[in-house]
Order: sequence, then C-alpha cells, then structure tokens
Amino acid sequence: MIKATTVDIPVSAGNEDHYRLRMGPQHPATHGVLRVDLDLDGETIMECEPHVGYLHRGFEKLAEHRTYVQNLVLTDRLDYIAAMANNVGYCEAVEKLLKIEVPLRAKYLRTMVCEMARISSHLLWLATHALDIGAMTVFLYCFREREELLELFAELCGARLTTTYTRLGGVRQDVTHSIMMKLVRFVDAFPANIEEYETLIDTNRIWLKRTVNVGTVSARDAVSLCLTGASLRGSGVDYDVRKHFPYAAYDLVDFEIPRGETGDTYARYRCRMEEMRQSNHILRQCIEQMPPGPIIGDDAPDLVMPNKPGRKVEVDTPARQGLIKLVEDRDIFMEGDVYVPTEVPKGELGFYFISDGNGSPYRMHIRSPSFIHIGALKTLAKGAMVADLIAIIGTLDVVLGECDR
Amino acid sequence: MDRVKIKRELEMLAAKGLVAEETPEGEVQAAEVDGDEAQGKKKEDDAPRENGLLETDYAARGTHLDVQINPDQVVRAAEILDSEGMTIEMVTGVDWIKENQFEVIYDYSYTGGELFRVLVRARVDRDKPDVPTVSEVYGGANWHERETWDLLGINFVGHPQLERFLLPEDADFHPLRKDFTA
Repeated sequence: MIKATTVDIPVSAGNEDHYRLRMGPQHPATHGVLRVDLDLDGETIMECEPHVGYLHRGFEKLAEHRTYVQNLVLTDRLDYIAAMANNVGYCEAVEKLLKIEVPLRAKYLRTMVCEMARISSHLLWLATHALDIGAMTVFLYCFREREELLELFAELCGARLTTTYTRLGGVRQDVTHSIMMKLVRFVDAFPANIEEYETLIDTNRIWLKRTVNVGTVSARDAVSLCLTGASLRGSGVDYDVRKHFPYAAYDLVDFEIPRGETGDTYARYRCRMEEMRQSNHILRQCIEQMPPGPIIGDDAPDLVMPNKPGRKVEVDTPARQGLIKLVEDRDIFMEGDVYVPTEVPKGELGFYFISDGNGSPYRMHIRSPSFIHIGALKTLAKGAMVADLIAIIGTLDVVLGECDR
Repeated sequence: MDRVKIKRELEMLAAKGLVAEETPEGEVQAAEVDGDEAQGKKKEDDAPRENGLLETDYAARGTHLDVQINPDQVVRAAEILDSEGMTIEMVTGVDWIKENQFEVIYDYSYTGGELFRVLVRARVDRDKPDVPTVSEVYGGANWHERETWDLLGINFVGHPQLERFLLPEDADFHPLRKDFTA
C-alpha cells in the first residue's frame, strides 16, 4: 500500500501563484539529511513540512535484541557530535534500572566529559550556524578549539567521535596526568577564545540582521512545542535537567543557567555562548575537585574488559565466556519501567526503559531533543523567509542521527 | 502548578474509568472487554494492573505519579495537566503481545523549575488499537504520536497527519511490534 504524501500534492486551486520547493535532503545547510518541503508565496514560507527518517537505523528495535551493555555503543551514533553526553545519559538510565551505585570519581569524570562534549558540540553549532548565515571566519576559529577537545577524547578513550567511554557503574579509563594538564591549559585559554568569537559576530551588523527577531518563539509556545535545552531557555524558561534533576556530579558543582528573554535566534545564540562559559566553569571545578578513588563501582556487572581495576581476572572466569551469557545469568534486572532525563548539548535526552527482567530491554524509547526540535520547525518557519529558514534550522541545533535514531 | 490538584483530578479520572469498566457500555468499552477476556486466560500468572493512580519514588522510577486510565480518557488527562502548565515529553507505545494489548505511555513533566513528572498510561486492544489524539491539546504531541503510529501501528483517532515518518513512504509494516520479523 503506497500512501500519497504531502510533497506530491499539487498546489491547490486558487493558489497558483504559490510554488513548492523541496529543500534537501542533501542541502548542506540542513545539517545532515533533513528534507523540508516548502510552500512558498514569493519568498515567504506559507507551509513548511519537514521530512525525516533518512538516517533511521532502528535503534529501538535493535536494542530489544541486544543486552544493556551492547546497547551502549548505539548511543554513540545518536548525537554523534556529543557522543560522551549520550553515553552518560544511557548509563545513568540503566544504572537506575539496575540500582548500581557509581563511585564519586566516576561521577566527576562523567560530568567532565559531558561538559567537554557540550563545548565541542556548541562550537560545532556556532561554526556551522555562522557559516550558514555567511560568516566564514567563525567556522575556522571554532574548529581550532574543537580539535583540541577531540584530541583529548582520543587520548582518553581512543576515539574522537564514537567514544563509548562510560560503562555501567562507572567509566572505562581513568584520566592521565597528561590529559589533565592539557585540559587545564584548554580551560585557562578558552574564555579568551569565546571573546574572540564574540568580537567577530556579537555586534556584527549582518549577524544582527540575520538573527534578531528571526524565528521568535514565546515561552508559552516553547513549552507547548516541547522544546528543551538552549532553544527553550532562549525564550526565558528556566529549565535545565542538570539543575532540576541533577545527575552525575552536577549537584556538587556550581553553575548558572543562562537565559534569554526575547526567544529569537539571537537570544538562543547568546544563551549558548554563555553556556560555553558555564561549561568551562564546571570543567575547572571538576579539575579542582576531582576526588581520588575507584572509577567503577564494586556492584557493577563485571563488564569492563579485559580487567576491571581492582579485581583479579582469571582466564576461565565467566567474564571471558561472553558478555551475553554473563548478563543473563545475573539476577540483577528488576521488572518495571524507568525514565531518566539528561541534559545533552541539544536539549533533554531521555531514556525510557521497560524491563521484563530479561537481560535486554523489553522496550527502549529514546526521547531525543533533535526529533522534537525538528517537529517545532513547522511552527517556527511559518511566515518566515526562505533565507531565514536556514537560520532557524541552525538555531534549533539539530543532529539528524539523533532525530532518526 | 499544583501537585495536589493534579493528583486529585487524575485520581478521580482513573476512578471514573474503573466504574465504567465494571458496567461496560459503548463502543470504546467494548474494546476494553475484549482485552480483559484475553487477559483473563492467564490471570493466575500475574493479574493485570487495574486503572488507578500510584505515587512512585522519583529516585527509583524517574516519575512522581503513575496513572493508568482508559484510552478514551487520555485527552481529559492531557487537559488537566496542560491547565497546570505541564508539558508532554514523549509518547511511548509498547507491544504487550502476550496480553494482546498495546500500551500507550504519555510522559509529562513540569519545566517551571520544580521537580514533577507524571506518567499516564492506557492500554488498548491489539486488534483495534484506537486511541484519541492529544495533539489538539499539545501541539508537540503531533510528532510523538505520528512516530508511535509509524513504528507500532497504534491508531491515534483525530490525528491530522498519520503518515509514514521515520520509515519509507511505501512501508506497510510496523517494526516495533513484537511479531515483526525482517
């Protein structure tokens, strides 16, 4: 059964001066494979219909056939520019389900990598957002700093993007002295770098014309459209999962939630710039307060291969005999459901698990911020110009890997 | 947002559904009865949860209130929560194939700075999975429901655009159903 979709419906009678434009899925300004069907009157958008699913890999179905441990690698591929934050979100959720305690040092390490991911994601957002609007220079500046963070990720866990750094009950590797020294250097230098970006565009006349009063969304609408993250805070709503539903070590560090007032593209831009400052502030506290101790909990499933720190591994232990069997043998899975939200750079990432006591989830639902933000695009773009649509897609900060799952 | 009021109203709503279930009338109730009969066969295993409100421990479950209601009451529940300034986080569909039922779970949260989450769940017969849409109340629910329809085939009655979404336009299957094989 083939259903007709809205794209191919001709322009309705009486509206012959309208025309339809199919933007994407290969348009570089759609940040991946997003297709937007537009109904235009001149250059004004009358209807906007986003189409997603080009990157659908069926993670939710896949997860039902894999164990909780195996599913961790799927989360890297959600928001692939802030994989660390997804890893942490997934582990926080499964740990709540399995009632695993995470040691304090691991909590701090998680907070640290989350904030590094936030900065690197925001840098990529700023770079591409500015590039879309026509400010080429910012792109080069942002990638300079982003590179440093990715190098640190590579040193920490061996991968720049698909990190899989966290483990159920802790993290995979402890930080080395070299990583900490490099991070200290980064944290010291970064505030000056943010100022550098701001000099380029903060009061730039073209930047202001392209962002002020573009894509304005009121606080009431933002809540109704389920926006989260900086897209919500730009409208003045005071909501941040890190503050209101603290996870990892966020209740132990001090930070502020920057908020905008006007709810336009410029307000969201300012919000994210301030967020980078706050992230830097959190990073500094993590470095200063980093407590000693184990990086993985004692009651964690023995899944850190090949040898879990502090535990002797013999050759014929079950740990060697395959992960799946190990998980299924353990009677550690409760029945029931649990929802855990975390604040990833894009907004609120939630994992909802329904467990029937088996080694793999009965149902795993990912509440991904990009998915919901693209849903809001329809409302935001109505009445805007085609050129503004590029700014609006940029300001919502979407990643299609996360949207399509 | 008034926690006590939300709790009281949802409790009343769930209780109303319970009474209606005992004396089934109307089309929607008929579907309910079918579901109950299917469940009745394996009642000795574990009795299905009755409609009602549970207060849950946030630290353990990630939610404060857990409400089970009839499918025809989800819009009323959404209105109650909307009037208190709650926002909808997601809509999850679950295929309980053993009980021949689908479950639709609405996750509401409060974004005003206070910690408050509500789960609203409703079960429908798997053979006739009709649930009224809440997209009239929450614009953002449009996409969640469309996704749930796409992946599970739960029919949201009154939804403006139940079209293929994540899947290709010509797909004729619902992959998250437990009996789906590739």
